[in-house]
Amino acid sequence: MNSSAISVRNLWKVFGSGGAKIPLDPELSALPSSNLLERTGCVAAVRNMSFDVAKGEVFVIMGLSGSGKSTLIRCLTRLIEPTSGSVSIGGQDILQARPAELRDLRRQKMSMVFQHFGLLPHRTVLDNVAYGLQIRGAAKNERYARSREVIELVGLKGYESHFPEQLSGGMQQRVGLARALAGDPDAILFDEPFSALDPLIRRDMQAEVIRLHKDMGKTMVFVTHDLSEALKLGDRILIMRHGEAVQCGTGDELVGSPANDYIADFVSEVPRSDVLTLKWIAEPVASSTPGDAPVLSSATIIRDAIHTVMHSSSPVLVEDSGTITGQIDRDSILSVLRSTRAAA
Amino acid sequence: MSATLIELEKTSGTEPAPAKLPRRRLSRRALLLLSAAVVWIAGFVFLHGTGTLALPTSELTDLHRSLNHFNSWVASNRDDNPVFLYLLSPLRSAVDAVAAVFTTVFAASSIGLGLPEIGWLGTVALLGWIAFAVGNARVALLTVAVFTFFGLQGLFVEAAHTFALVVTAVLLSLLVGLPMGVLAGVSGRVEKIITPVLDFMQILPTFVYLAPLALVFLIGPASAVIATVIYAAPPIIRLTAHGIRGIPENTREASDSLGTTSLQRLFTLQIPMAKRTIVMGINQGTMAALSMVTIAALIAAPGLGQVVVRALQSLDVGTAVNAGLSIVLMAIMLDRVTTAASERALPATQRRRSRVSRRTRMIVVGATFALVLMLVQLSRTMLWAARFPQEVNLGPAITGGVDNASEWLQTHLFLLTGAFREAVTLAFLNPFQTAVTETPFFIMFAALALVAYAFGGWKLTALVLACLTMIIYLGLWGDAMVTLASTLVATVIVMVLGIVFGVAMGRSSRFDKLMRPVLDAGQTLPAFVYLVPFLGLFGATRFTAIIAGVIYAAPAAIKIMADGISGVSPTVVEAAVASGSTPWQVITKVQLPMARKSLGLAANQGLIYVLAMVVVGALVGAGGLGYDVVAGFVQSSLFGKGLAAGLAIVFLGILLDRITQAAAFTAPSRSLSTAQPTTTKEA
Repeated sequence: MNSSAISVRNLWKVFGSGGAKIPLDPELSALPSSNLLERTGCVAAVRNMSFDVAKGEVFVIMGLSGSGKSTLIRCLTRLIEPTSGSVSIGGQDILQARPAELRDLRRQKMSMVFQHFGLLPHRTVLDNVAYGLQIRGAAKNERYARSREVIELVGLKGYESHFPEQLSGGMQQRVGLARALAGDPDAILFDEPFSALDPLIRRDMQAEVIRLHKDMGKTMVFVTHDLSEALKLGDRILIMRHGEAVQCGTGDELVGSPANDYIADFVSEVPRSDVLTLKWIAEPVASSTPGDAPVLSSATIIRDAIHTVMHSSSPVLVEDSGTITGQIDRDSILSVLRSTRAAA
Repeated sequence: MSATLIELEKTSGTEPAPAKLPRRRLSRRALLLLSAAVVWIAGFVFLHGTGTLALPTSELTDLHRSLNHFNSWVASNRDDNPVFLYLLSPLRSAVDAVAAVFTTVFAASSIGLGLPEIGWLGTVALLGWIAFAVGNARVALLTVAVFTFFGLQGLFVEAAHTFALVVTAVLLSLLVGLPMGVLAGVSGRVEKIITPVLDFMQILPTFVYLAPLALVFLIGPASAVIATVIYAAPPIIRLTAHGIRGIPENTREASDSLGTTSLQRLFTLQIPMAKRTIVMGINQGTMAALSMVTIAALIAAPGLGQVVVRALQSLDVGTAVNAGLSIVLMAIMLDRVTTAASERALPATQRRRSRVSRRTRMIVVGATFALVLMLVQLSRTMLWAARFPQEVNLGPAITGGVDNASEWLQTHLFLLTGAFREAVTLAFLNPFQTAVTETPFFIMFAALALVAYAFGGWKLTALVLACLTMIIYLGLWGDAMVTLASTLVATVIVMVLGIVFGVAMGRSSRFDKLMRPVLDAGQTLPAFVYLVPFLGLFGATRFTAIIAGVIYAAPAAIKIMADGISGVSPTVVEAAVASGSTPWQVITKVQLPMARKSLGLAANQGLIYVLAMVVVGALVGAGGLGYDVVAGFVQSSLFGKGLAAGLAIVFLGILLDRITQAAAFTAPSRSLSTAQPTTTKEA
């Protein structure tokens, strides 16, 4: 997997004394959390986690509070020291990195945006954004020029000499975002960046992230507990529970074929017609379907297909890269819509 | 305490009451405490007067004599012993040299006319300018006014001596304290080592540092400065470490995620964000330094303290008040200037908007500095600017006025003050002191051991017994019991005041706002000056020392109680009111039980403060260990006894501190022992 930006293998993080032994012990490592706590006094926040993040992908780690998602993302730059396993970034195993190498990695390759912003209250917006560059040893002119660019990019032009506490939460997080972007890292890690913001601002910020991702194509790892945010932003979503990966896939995979009841319950309130594509409801082509029936791509979202299907007198054919793979008709669309309403 | 707890549980139970409530029983702790009281009273009644181990004032034990020998040994070997030759004497010379610099500049040069290098006018101008540069125009004016007033009081030279020693001590404390504070803030391990040491240093009354230091460093400015550094550095270390630790985890994490080295983290994040707290530490250190420098008059530190000590010893109330007033004014000035400096250290947004821009300010600071230089030059050439004019001396007027007032009060209010003093002394103090001092020592041992066991189990009992044994070994059991009696009486009064005012303040924010500045002011004054007004009112007796101790300790206890009461969750109070409790019930059944940790803490702090004061009170007639210490300074034949008394105070302090700490922190409450995951962070 050389094309992956971040590759995680068998990653464990166990809190508590003697935690280092647990991943190696086949019996203990198989214990559920509550028994583990009782037996050893340790908490396994991340258990045997493996995944890859492709270059330029937005990878969402999702789970409820306490599922270990924040610990996991901190393990990626060793803000929390993992117990065992490997994390390789651009082919380099960072768990083996010496402190200087690790600092270099944090300065050049990965930056992070935090839930509570983590801005320095004694520095202006400009100095906050320039902080990372200053740490690297960039000259004053250079770092201010670059910071001004980034501040404009996140829409904070004119606020350079304000202090963080003079800004609203949304604007503070824009500063956090600008600080992460200033160093031009390969990947940005987001730890529930918008959870502390109110819903309208959150929507704006999500749009901002989508825009930035489109413009810059950076790899992003995004932690959230909000399913709709995950579906909106994520190319792929990893759902965590009790420190373990429950399912990893695209949004429509999670909704269309949940791995177990937990996921099914989780996604039950998602409006299926907004997430699923035609692939998920296509039926085999019936012989009665005329050959000149309208054709839609299997990657079309169901909601977008409603108009075509409702106005076609015959079932609609579904194609996948040039070949017809199935058909859909009014009934199949309606049944999806009905289940959506029932869920809502 | 546990009784109220049971009641609380009973009244707050939401479930329908079970048919049969368990009968209220005394807890094990209450039984132990009760039996301690029984042992004590029974021991006093049946055995009083035996085994009291009292030692008459002028008698010595062998230990005291061997300490005397040690004293003379040190005196004769000072010049050839390598420890002195290569370590202690150079240290002394270095400290002396630094102190001499400031003394020469502000107070008096050792050669020629004995005028200060920059004269009184230069001193006033320079200090005013410094206050302006680190603070604001208001504190600059205050500084100028206060120093000019010293001159008018006829105490300019004394005040300048005190100030020079304070400056020397604060600078040296910063030199020691800042790096240690930063280390303790950054490294958990260093903090773990340093904290108990600081705790220990804090429970020592200022007084007890002096004798051993005088033994090693001789009497004079060097010993005074070193004692002061020992006393003033702990708050600086503590607050620096606290400031650095108090930085929110997420900010630190954010800076780590950008790849800061630990040095970069220190200079871009930790020190700037802790700046405010660090400057607050400097404020506290400065106040502590002033307190100690005045007391160090006992080991011949020059300055205002000497004037007060001499006046106290000759019961010259007028002079004592005049010099005491100077000390108070200096305390206020130092406090205001350092507080203004800490406000300047706030991030720009939290500061009150200043009308002048930074640049204008810089220009004004520069311009006024030129003026200061001119005035300094003037002071070096003109005699009237070098020595404060004698013609405008208000000192005698103040002294005379105070003497008259004191005399008037003593004659006309004697019915009131005298009656009050006699009533408290006869009804309360004497019986209690008799009950403590006349009880055989083994009975006191048993009673205190029971108390210690009730609060802290075997470990505390062992510590308490060790402390008591040490006091006996030092040969000062009788005097220690006198001090203990006074301390306990004063602490009881302090606690009553603490609870009454604390509850009132905790329940009414208006009252709190009214009281807090008074209490803050009370806490900034050096221990010493409390003795002065009460000497005027009550004359030189044990009672004066106790009242001074109460006044000295009350602010701390009141503040702790007020914080404890107002810290009780408003929801709980609301719930209690909603279920129909009267205010009295809310106080006794909800607020006081929930603030019981503060109660213990207030008792702890109250005891420590009172002990410090009761010991200093020896200067106005309190007997006990304090008297031995003071006598040891004055008479070389009593040196050993004084040193032993200092140590006995230390053991008494440890004993009282540990028992009250244990009472405060092991208050019967279910401790939540949640398994906290320990995060190991990349360093």
